[in-house]
Amino acid sequence: MSTTAVERPAPRDATESRRRRVVGLGVLAAVLVIAAAASLAVGARALTPAEVWHGLFAGPESDQRLTEIRLIVQTVRVPRTVLAVVAGVALGVGGALIQGYTRNPIADTGLLGVNAGASFAVVTVVALFGFSNPFQYVWFGFLGAAVSGVVVFGLASIGRGAGNPLTLALAGQGITVFLAAMTTAVSLSDTQSLNALRFWNAGSVAGVDFDVIWPVTAFIAVGLVLALTTLPALNLLNLGEDVARGLGVNIAVSRTVGILAITLLAGAATAACGPIAFLGLMVAHVARYLTGPDYRWLVPYAGLLGAVVLLVCDIVGRLVVRPGELEAGVVVALLGAPFFAVLVWRGKFKNA
Amino acid sequence: MSETDVKPALTPGVRLGPLSFVWRPWLVLVTLVLAAATFLVFCLSISIGDFPIGLSRVLATLVGRGEQVDEFVIMDLRMPRALAGLVVGIALGVSGAITQSVARNPLASPDILGITGGASAVAVFSVTVSGGTAAAVIDSIGLSAAALAGGLFTGLLVYFLAWRRGVDGFRLILIGISVSAVTQAITTWLLVSADIRDVARAQAWLVGSLENRSWDQVWVALWCSLGLLVVVAAAAFQFKPLHLGDDIAAGLGVRFGRVRAVLLLCAVLLAAVAVSSAGPVPFVALVAPQVAMRLTRRPTPPLIASGLFGALLLIGADLTARAVLPNNLPVGVVTAAIGGPFLVYLLVRANLK
Repeated sequence: MSTTAVERPAPRDATESRRRRVVGLGVLAAVLVIAAAASLAVGARALTPAEVWHGLFAGPESDQRLTEIRLIVQTVRVPRTVLAVVAGVALGVGGALIQGYTRNPIADTGLLGVNAGASFAVVTVVALFGFSNPFQYVWFGFLGAAVSGVVVFGLASIGRGAGNPLTLALAGQGITVFLAAMTTAVSLSDTQSLNALRFWNAGSVAGVDFDVIWPVTAFIAVGLVLALTTLPALNLLNLGEDVARGLGVNIAVSRTVGILAITLLAGAATAACGPIAFLGLMVAHVARYLTGPDYRWLVPYAGLLGAVVLLVCDIVGRLVVRPGELEAGVVVALLGAPFFAVLVWRGKFKNA
Repeated sequence: MSETDVKPALTPGVRLGPLSFVWRPWLVLVTLVLAAATFLVFCLSISIGDFPIGLSRVLATLVGRGEQVDEFVIMDLRMPRALAGLVVGIALGVSGAITQSVARNPLASPDILGITGGASAVAVFSVTVSGGTAAAVIDSIGLSAAALAGGLFTGLLVYFLAWRRGVDGFRLILIGISVSAVTQAITTWLLVSADIRDVARAQAWLVGSLENRSWDQVWVALWCSLGLLVVVAAAAFQFKPLHLGDDIAAGLGVRFGRVRAVLLLCAVLLAAVAVSSAGPVPFVALVAPQVAMRLTRRPTPPLIASGLFGALLLIGADLTARAVLPNNLPVGVVTAAIGGPFLVYLLVRANLK
C-alpha cells in the first residue's frame, strides 16, 4: 500500500472527484436497498413484492396464508437481512481500518486474533457449561474476540517496535495459531463443542434473533462512531509517523482508538455470525480502488460494500443448494476469492 | 540489506572446485549445535515411552548392536514415529525458509501458499464424503496420497495463477490467500454437512499428528524429501543474492526466474509431502525459519538451520505430547502451544532491545 500517494489534484479536479465520490456513495446505497429487498423476497419460499410489503407492515389477520407470510418475513427474513447489513458494514469498516492502521495490504480482521479468540471462547463455554443455544454463547464469543484483540495489540505495542505493521501481523498470527490449537484440543475431547464449533465456524447470518441483534448493533454503532472520529488522523498516519507527529497527531491515542473500534466492530460481528473471513480484506481493496487512499471516503465505501457483498452472498447461499442452504461465510469465500484473485492478477494492488 | 552484503571483503571465502562458501563461524557453530540437539531429541523420543529404554541402549541399537527386545521396540514401534517427525520437521522448516526468502515476507509460509489448505480439503473430502463404507478402504496411506495430491495441486495452482511474466512475491502471497480461503470454505462446508463421527476423524487429521506411522509411509516421505533436498541444495548456490532484490540479482548475473521457480516448486513439494504424512502441523514452517534466522544472526532464513530447527521443534513437541501432557494430544496442538507464545516472545524481546 502506498504511504505517500495522498492525492493532491488541482482544485477543479478536486470538486469533480468529490462529486463523483458522492454519486458513487449514492449508487452503493441504492444497491444496498435493492439487495435488502431481494433478501426479504428470496428464500425457501419466494415472495412477491406485494407479499413482502404485506408481511412487513400488516397487523394480525384471519387469512392463514397471509399470517404465514407475515411470520416468515418478520421472524425469519427481517432479522437475517438486518444482521447481514449490520455485520457487513462492521466487517467492511473494520477491514479498511485495520489495513490503514497496520499499513499492511493483506491485513484482515482475523489478523488481530479476533476470530480465533471468539472461536476459543465459544468452544470452551460449550464444553464447560454445555450451552446448546447460540444466544447463550454469543456473549462469550464477543468477550473472547475483545480479549484476544486487546492482547495482540498490547503485545505489538511493547517497546521500540510499537506499531510496526509486521510486529502486529506476527503477534496476531502467533496468538491466532495458539488459540486455534487450543480450540482444537478442547473440541477433540468434547463432541458437543465440536458440533457447535463446526456450525458456528461456517459463518452464517441465519437464525439469529433480535434479542441478539440489537445489543450487537449497539456495540457496532459505538465502533462506527469511534472509527469516524479517527479517520483524519488515519490519513495523516499513512503519510508516515514522523510526518503525522509533526502535524500534531497524537499517535498513541489515535492508534488506541482505532484498535478499539476494530475490536468492537469485528468482535461484535464475529460473535453474532461466526468468523466471516476475507470479507473485510476484499472490500477494503475494492474500496481503495474506487476512491483512492483518502480514508474519509474509503471507509464509508468499504462499509457499504461490505453490507452489499454479505447480503448478496447470503441470498446466493439460499439459492444454490436447494432445499438446503450454503452458509454466507462459505459463499463469501467461494465468490470473493476468485474475484480477488482476478484483481490481483490484473495488477490492481501494488506492493508497498 | 545487511552489513555482510555491504562489506563482502571482510568475510573470508572458502573455495572447493566449483563450489564457493563464505566462511561464517557463527552460522556453522549454530548449525552444528542445532544438529546435535536434534539428534539428542531424536534419541530421547526413541528412549521414552511405556517401555523406557536407556539412551546408551538406544545408541547401541542404532548402530546395530542392541538387544533383541530393544531392537523390536525401537525398530518396529518407535523408529517410524521419530523418523516421520524428523523428515516432516526438516521438510516444513526448509519449505518455510524458501517461501519466506522468495516472498521476502515472514508470513509467507506453506499455509499461506494454499498447500496446507488444499491438502486438508481433499483429506476431509475423502474422510467425510466417502465416509462410512469407503472409510475402511481409505486407510491412512490412501488418505496421505489424497492429501499429497491435493496439496500439490493447490500449490501449483497458486504458483501458476500468480505467474504473470515472472512470479512476484507479493502477488504470490495475495493469490495464496485467496486460494486458501476457497479451500477453507470447502473444508468448512464439508464439515458442516458431514456426519459428526466423520467430523471427529477429519478434525483429528486436521490438527496434525505423528501417531501410528508405518515404515511404508516413512520410506515414501523419506525418499521424496531426500530427493527434493538435493535439488534444493543444488539450486541454493545460485539463490544467495536473491534477497537483495530482483534487479540486483539480475545485475549480478543470476538467472533468478528459473532458480526461483525450481526452489518454489521444491518448497511446494516438500510442504505437500510433510502435510500428507503428518497432517497440517501448524506453525513449524512459519516459526522454524524465523527462529533459525535469529539464532544464526542472518538477514534471511538459513536453509539447513531452518530444517534442523523444524525437526527439533516437531520431535520435541511430539515427545512433550506423549510424555508430559495428559489425553494423548496430537502433536499439532503442542507445536502451536509452543510456537505461538515463542513467536510472541521473540517479537517482544526484539522490540525491547
